[in-house]
Amino acid sequence: MIPDLIEIVTLSLKVSGIALLFSALVGIPVGAVMGLKRFPGRRLIMVLLYTGMGFPPVVIGLLVYLLLSNSGPLRNLDLAFIPSLFTPGAMILAQAVISFPLVAGFTMAAVMGVNPELHTQIRALGASDRQTAWTILSEARLGVIVAIVAGFGSIISEVGAVMLVGGNIEHQTRVLTTAVVLETRKGNFDLAIALGAVLMSLTFIANLVMLRLQGRDTE
Amino acid sequence: MDEVIFRLRNLKKEYENRCVLHVDSLDIFSGEIFAIVGPSGAGKSTILRLMNFLEPPSEGKIIYHMHDFSAQHDIPIALRRRVTTVFQTSLLLNRSVWANIQFGLKIRSSQDSSQKIEDVLQRVGLSEFSQRRARTLSGGEAQRVALARAMVIQPEILLLDEPTTNLDPYNVSLIEDTVKELNNKNKTTIIIVTHNIFQAQRLAKRVALMLNGELVEVAEVQEFFQNPKDSRTEAFIRGEMVY
Repeated sequence: MIPDLIEIVTLSLKVSGIALLFSALVGIPVGAVMGLKRFPGRRLIMVLLYTGMGFPPVVIGLLVYLLLSNSGPLRNLDLAFIPSLFTPGAMILAQAVISFPLVAGFTMAAVMGVNPELHTQIRALGASDRQTAWTILSEARLGVIVAIVAGFGSIISEVGAVMLVGGNIEHQTRVLTTAVVLETRKGNFDLAIALGAVLMSLTFIANLVMLRLQGRDTE
Repeated sequence: MDEVIFRLRNLKKEYENRCVLHVDSLDIFSGEIFAIVGPSGAGKSTILRLMNFLEPPSEGKIIYHMHDFSAQHDIPIALRRRVTTVFQTSLLLNRSVWANIQFGLKIRSSQDSSQKIEDVLQRVGLSEFSQRRARTLSGGEAQRVALARAMVIQPEILLLDEPTTNLDPYNVSLIEDTVKELNNKNKTTIIIVTHNIFQAQRLAKRVALMLNGELVEVAEVQEFFQNPKDSRTEAFIRGEMVY
């Protein structure tokens, strides 16, 4: 029982952690550019990001399922880095897609929230365009951390997409949320509640770590 | 007279097809304190933004160290870094006072910054505030930090945009003394924009009156205040409304 639980917790953290890393690596720069620059099509991208923030995860799971299925377009490409269905790789892909708009959208809002006059004053001190962008992003760090927290929260507790693309296979793709669903269906409520408590504790600890990262800004 | 450091030629700035600045010709000399006075909305801040290369002119150019700054030509960043501004409302980074002052040195990858920072902190009377969060400072203290972060990079030209508006007499006096000392000791060229004619009189060697985006009169400080050539200058000195 305990080794199984450790395996499930480890896989949950691994899948959500890697997915969050990917979405942060892409989402933070995208959000920063969206917040800092004005260019044609920006409003359309903003609308798409905001839509993505409220998109049902299970629909994203369905889309990833169709993309990765044997007759799907990605499978036909036959590229090594494209994961197969019912693997942790497929779950990571689905979760990265779910959290990306949240990370990018919240980062964009945080950057846009920095006083535009500060851009001018930073440039007046001799900062290059890149240094100005970096400094603004650093000023918006509180919002960027919120973006990461929101992204993590959306995927660690997500069940529909991982169930679809992962299949909840024992010792392979079973994560905390899918295990809770399974144990509830089996009538093992004690175990389901225990798993749920572990999930909530993990989310709490993750948020505590993020709050610590925010440092004195939150005091 | 010293050498000319800034040459403004047929400089125009338009926003949404409305001309807010039109200066035919103006020379700024190295090591002088030059004041631009005028009512609000006269274009004083706009001219400073152009002089700090923060936005390009719509027409004309600024010549600085034989480089043109115009709608077509940007200025090399190394030259841009020799000029900085203290704004009317200074926005500080959400960091310590020390980190705010260090910022300009950091982006220039400047070594041995500690002594420089301590020196400027002492000059603006904020040595004890170095570890304070910048956003917990009062308006006067924040403005002194802004002056310190500008001074620490040892600019060739320091632009001051109404730097003492809304400050108490103590902070006004401290900032003015620091500016004078900077000009005397370091020979920093200072261009100050103010609507306070007494401040211009106290600090500047030459004064210009700006109205509706144009320079009405440029003269030595004594000449400007005692023997103005233009009737609008005369009226402005008397404290009358001029347009």
